[in-house]
Amino acid sequence: MAADTLEFEEPITLLQKEMAAVASLPSTPERLRSIASLEARIQELRADIYKHLTPWQRVSVARHPNRPTVLDYVDRLFTEFVEIHGDRRFADDHAMVTGFARYHGEPVLIVGHHKGGGDTKQKIFRNFGYAKPEGYRKAMRAMELAQKFGRAILAFVDTPAAFPGIESEERGIAEAIAVNLRDMAALTVPVIVIVHGEGGSGGALGIAVGDRILMHENAVYSVIPPEGCAAILWRSSERKVEAADALKLTAPDLLKLGVVDEIVPEPIGGAHIDHAAAAALLDGPLRAALSASSAHDADTRLELRYRKFRQMGSVGIA
Amino acid sequence: MAWFKKTRKPIKGDAARSVPEGLWVKCPGCKQVIYNKDLAANLQVCPKCAHHFRLSAAERLRSLFDEGAWVEHDADLRSNDPLTFADTKAYKDRLAATQKATGLKDAIIVGSGQLDGLPIVIAAMEYAFIGGSMGVVMGEKLTRAAERALAERCPLIIVSCSGGARMMEGALSLMQMAKVSAALSRLDKACLPFISLLTDPTTGGVTASFAMLGDLNIAEPKALIGFAGPRVIEQTIRQKLPDGFQRSEFLLERGMIDLVVDRRQLKSTLAQSLRFMGAAPAPAPPEASAAAEQPAP
Ligand SMILES: [Zn+2]
Repeated sequence: MAADTLEFEEPITLLQKEMAAVASLPSTPERLRSIASLEARIQELRADIYKHLTPWQRVSVARHPNRPTVLDYVDRLFTEFVEIHGDRRFADDHAMVTGFARYHGEPVLIVGHHKGGGDTKQKIFRNFGYAKPEGYRKAMRAMELAQKFGRAILAFVDTPAAFPGIESEERGIAEAIAVNLRDMAALTVPVIVIVHGEGGSGGALGIAVGDRILMHENAVYSVIPPEGCAAILWRSSERKVEAADALKLTAPDLLKLGVVDEIVPEPIGGAHIDHAAAAALLDGPLRAALSASSAHDADTRLELRYRKFRQMGSVGIA
Repeated sequence: MAWFKKTRKPIKGDAARSVPEGLWVKCPGCKQVIYNKDLAANLQVCPKCAHHFRLSAAERLRSLFDEGAWVEHDADLRSNDPLTFADTKAYKDRLAATQKATGLKDAIIVGSGQLDGLPIVIAAMEYAFIGGSMGVVMGEKLTRAAERALAERCPLIIVSCSGGARMMEGALSLMQMAKVSAALSRLDKACLPFISLLTDPTTGGVTASFAMLGDLNIAEPKALIGFAGPRVIEQTIRQKLPDGFQRSEFLLERGMIDLVVDRRQLKSTLAQSLRFMGAAPAPAPPEASAAAEQPAP
């Protein structure tokens, strides 16, 4: 766990160590009182730290290796999950998970990036969540399946970016994302997007066109990673902290700008410290969003989705 | 998205490489000296080696619209700097300076007119305006262009020349990819032609949205076309990229582009394509058509 401690969480770790030291001694009433008070101080400190996260700190939380993955949410909120694989053209991209399941009894389709969580082997298997063209095509093929049978789609977004490599370009990563943007706009079934981790530019957007966009409290969503932005505009990736500020990539900023519709609260200390609590906090907003979209007929839904994206950016035009 | 922009001198519009001032220019293709007026007479294509010099948005529209004439739309839309973004320089100031230098409010001109007698809406990007980057204004103008084509039931051509999404407008820029693509989806459903012309360079979020969604995706020769920038890919794979990687001919070979067309044949190829897709000349003025309906005496 220590390796996964974020820099700004150090003060918490210190108190935790202190508490562990007391706990390792023979128990006395005084020591128990001291442990209880240390625990309370840890809670308080954590709450205070997380209430005042800077944008760059949120980037680190969003990228935390123990951040829940799409499959962590599937385990806790869905039943009868059946994973399906492949784009029927080239390969099965493990950075993109697709499958169907029941959500509160209703059949739904799930698509989502998967970074691999905390395990190195899994990370490599999932290509760290960098999907290739076949990943985006796999997602679209699964969404078309949902469309054909009238099932709602839930898209879980968590990727650093689409994979920037030779094979991505050769197989048309740009085309794959572009087609998803166009065709997701025309899906007649409800589509709910959950930006729960890292919303890395076009790679995120490639599965993120929907009726309602939920975003986790400590998730980020950006046109470019702060490091890349800093390298270009400040000519030094060291200026990532300033870049993270400038890019307005946090949930509260994006809510204000009309890019997302709703902020999903996380457990105090971030979704990574308690997956079950994080899932429970998502359930309410997700269920409400899904039933709101399902209440519309297909034509209305399409029109509303169009208008939703149609207005994006109007706030920035003089 | 705009990862690919060079780290060194990213923001200046690279004006030196587009049409140079003065009497003559050295062609980067064949290293020969060419007179500017010869270049201008040849659509800025080197008469010796066919190197395609970059066109400004206005030059592009002049080269495509009949008589070089069009009616411009939404010329006054401009960014209000929605993030109040500042890096080493305030975006507001960068915008003002670029507006002054280019005479444009943002990196795109949209016009309607005729191409070989066919009524059409054409949008062309201006690379000299912050690298042709796409922010909220470009997204809005392209969306309106698609909606205009839909309302007038005429074809749409988008000429891309862009480094991708505009970082200084953050996620709002990113969302323009979805917004324009949604508008194109409507054009698609209505069976109205949309041709994407990809010119040097077309990268990032522009490629990963409307530029790849044409009924035809046409590229100019040797244009840099890709999603991730060459530098980012080199950092990922830790080796040099092969020659010609991400150039038009490479994409053609990989099946990502429908055809590569020399600028001097472009207008006629576009006209043929549009006719194939059902574009028709504007109906004759009412008096003339009424007269035509009169039975012959
Ligand atoms: Zn030459």
